[in-house]
Amino acid sequence: MASLIDRDQLQRLVAQGAQLLEVLPADEYKEDHLPGAKSIPLRQLNRETAATLDAHRPVIVYCWDIA
Amino acid sequence: MAAGLPTEGTNSLHPRAGDAARKDVPVCSLTERLGDVRERVKAEGWDAALVVDGERVVLGLLRSEELAKDPDQRIEQVMRPGPSTFRPYVSLHEMAHFMEEHDLESSPVTTSDGKLVGLLYRTDAVRLGMQPK
Repeated sequence: MASLIDRDQLQRLVAQGAQLLEVLPADEYKEDHLPGAKSIPLRQLNRETAATLDAHRPVIVYCWDIA
Repeated sequence: MAAGLPTEGTNSLHPRAGDAARKDVPVCSLTERLGDVRERVKAEGWDAALVVDGERVVLGLLRSEELAKDPDQRIEQVMRPGPSTFRPYVSLHEMAHFMEEHDLESSPVTTSDGKLVGLLYRTDAVRLGMQPK
């Protein structure tokens, strides 16, 4: 189940082992991404690519929020 | 993207507004007395302060001109309300040009939800953003 989280919750969850997933295009990921984030561009996000994530740990998906 | 916190990637090698913004800039609230804030700001060696709410959302700016006003007035009466703010990801090169063009001595840097990251001085932007690549 998906839910929105704020910056503090993100930092807490990452510290507890959550995975960060950036869904922006690959070029944008190369330029800038959150430390430790994995890249799966939205158009490539499917059952197969999602299988590269650890199913036992929470996944935090993000894109661009202009900050 | 990271609210002024570190990121990874090719762009992270170039200095940005959030990197050079001074995070220890003094802050005050709307209802404080100007004289009290001025004393505190000067004691800390600053010539500017940011007015924020309880969640550090920027409401106003106090530069030298505002700090020199009647000390018995409340901050909300003397501040520059709603100052232009910049996001932490903006390159210092771009900031330096913009601040020179618009003759800005300092500019608040905030996250997209308005929370204070720090105060960027033009001297810092020019010194760090105009370096040859």
